[in-house]
Amino acid sequence: MTAPTPDVLVPTAAAGRRDAPATPRRHRPSAARRLVLGAFGVLFLLPLFAMLEFSTRGVGGRSFAAWRAIVQDPDLVSAITISLELAVLTVAGMLLLLVPVATWVHLRLPHLRRLIEFICLLPLTIPAIVLVVGIAPIYAWVTYLLGDSSLTLAFVYVILVLPYAYRAIDNGLGAIDLRTLAEAARSLGAGWPTVLARVVVPNISGALLSASFLSVALVLGEFTLASLLAFNNMQVTINLLGKRDAAVSVAVSLAALLLAFVLLLVLSYVGRRRGSSGVTEEG
Amino acid sequence: MGYLELREVKKSFGGVLALDGLNLDLAAGELVSLLGPSGCGKTTALRIVAGFETADQGRVLVDGKDITGVPANRRDMGMVFQAYSLFPNMTALGNIQFGLRLRDVPAARRRQRAAELLELVGLEPHAAKYPHQLSGGQQQRVALARALAIQPKILLLDEPLSALDAKVRVTLRDEIRRIQSELGITTLFVTHDQEEALALSDRVGVMSEGRVEQLDTPARVYREPATPFVAQFVGVTNALEGRADGEAVVVDGHRLPADGAASHPRGAAIRLIVRPEEIRLSPVDGGTPTALPGTIVTQSFLGPVTRLTVRLESQDGQLLRVDVPSAEAERHAPGSRVAVEFAPRSSIVVPA
Repeated sequence: MTAPTPDVLVPTAAAGRRDAPATPRRHRPSAARRLVLGAFGVLFLLPLFAMLEFSTRGVGGRSFAAWRAIVQDPDLVSAITISLELAVLTVAGMLLLLVPVATWVHLRLPHLRRLIEFICLLPLTIPAIVLVVGIAPIYAWVTYLLGDSSLTLAFVYVILVLPYAYRAIDNGLGAIDLRTLAEAARSLGAGWPTVLARVVVPNISGALLSASFLSVALVLGEFTLASLLAFNNMQVTINLLGKRDAAVSVAVSLAALLLAFVLLLVLSYVGRRRGSSGVTEEG
Repeated sequence: MGYLELREVKKSFGGVLALDGLNLDLAAGELVSLLGPSGCGKTTALRIVAGFETADQGRVLVDGKDITGVPANRRDMGMVFQAYSLFPNMTALGNIQFGLRLRDVPAARRRQRAAELLELVGLEPHAAKYPHQLSGGQQQRVALARALAIQPKILLLDEPLSALDAKVRVTLRDEIRRIQSELGITTLFVTHDQEEALALSDRVGVMSEGRVEQLDTPARVYREPATPFVAQFVGVTNALEGRADGEAVVVDGHRLPADGAASHPRGAAIRLIVRPEEIRLSPVDGGTPTALPGTIVTQSFLGPVTRLTVRLESQDGQLLRVDVPSAEAERHAPGSRVAVEFAPRSSIVVPA
């Protein structure tokens, strides 16, 4: 089971943009367009319906036993909790790492932007197995120092979400006049932590939400690294469960997918809402 | 000793010299403008005073205290930027209160002070509006109120009017002057707009290549420029090449009386600078031997005056700009021949 691929979503770029028209023009979709949309709809929705159908099969009719079992299996509940905790830790780690770094790069080291972007994109280009081979010796130390909790996966997940999160935050920072705002705050007496907390963060909140939701979606769907590093998270447990009880496994997978879709819909809505706040100039 | 002093300040960016030993003094309560072309170093000087740039050499002193190494957030400088700089996530009132909040001013006092400042800039009804709901002029007024809220030692204005349309610019310019006079706050204003600098300032510092060429009252900068650069940069000018001859300048055989010529050695190559409004035109037959003949080429109506271009018959057909009262403009139709002359006192003589 893999996560929905967040890189196909574009609202990150639109999160902080202010030049979008307030009311988008409505087009009447052409027949060809409707056909393509319909085909893609079937392609995407059919597996989901199949999952729903499979997970609700019962003797002599529909049954929600598999869905009820999600909250009754202690291993699964524990794995879901760990994955949610991992999502929170990853988002916190990602924000703490990226917001100051990206802000500093924008303000003081603009010539390093390309290099930082390249470094952040690396996890996309390196296959998971290669990443694991490289990171396994480091995790031996992490386990030695911090114990073998699955929550330590947050370290590698912060790296894994860099490509999506950096791009979102970088776009957000590019959409505001960061230098002027930071200098205005500095001249009024703000130190750098205050500039970050009171000026930068509130003004790129859309971008931060995008980065966070994409990270959550990725963490909830991550299987390969957790499995190869021998940790238990939701996807690893779903995989094991699939061998024992396929219906519950499919029900959890569908629930995780739906949660990710909801997050991405919220993200898209936030991006559109912020994009539509037009500037009103009065002479 | 001034209230704000810059002493031998040098700054370069990647080998390009922006400030070349800049010296500047501002008295307490004075409004001084730094005026100059793009790249002359005026904004760099302001940013060094604000603490956003570090000087390579030299010192910045405020009230005798060296602040060269003090970070920007501890300098107590109020600054208004060229770009709109209000925090988009805060209302006008919130923006004005920002600096006070950082200084732990009690909420009631903060609100009172912000309300006073909003009244000062005439924006009380807009207190609850966000920056995107305000016009450019209103945003810059709020930015000014925000800068003043912290009762800064010095007010720094970095071309705050340049993004505004002409009418708003003039109104806000007058308001800045009124507020500055009312509060008696020492102000450094950076602009490339001569009219703005001359209209607003107690003194104007004309900058070129990282140095102040002349720091003087607007009237003296305009009428008695200290260097050829100042003469040609400030105001509209006409320049005629000639040779000094006692109390006159000889231009293509015409001996034009000029008070400043006597200080130059006889025969020295000099440049005679005359403002358009100092030139008098008369019918060519009635001209004097001290006048240059020419032909009117174009007429441009500028309101109270009409600007003529006159092509001289000497000086390889050089064009001169001449301002005449608009009421008399019809006497100077394009194509008419005229004699160009000016009073000896009205020209500026500088080495060529």
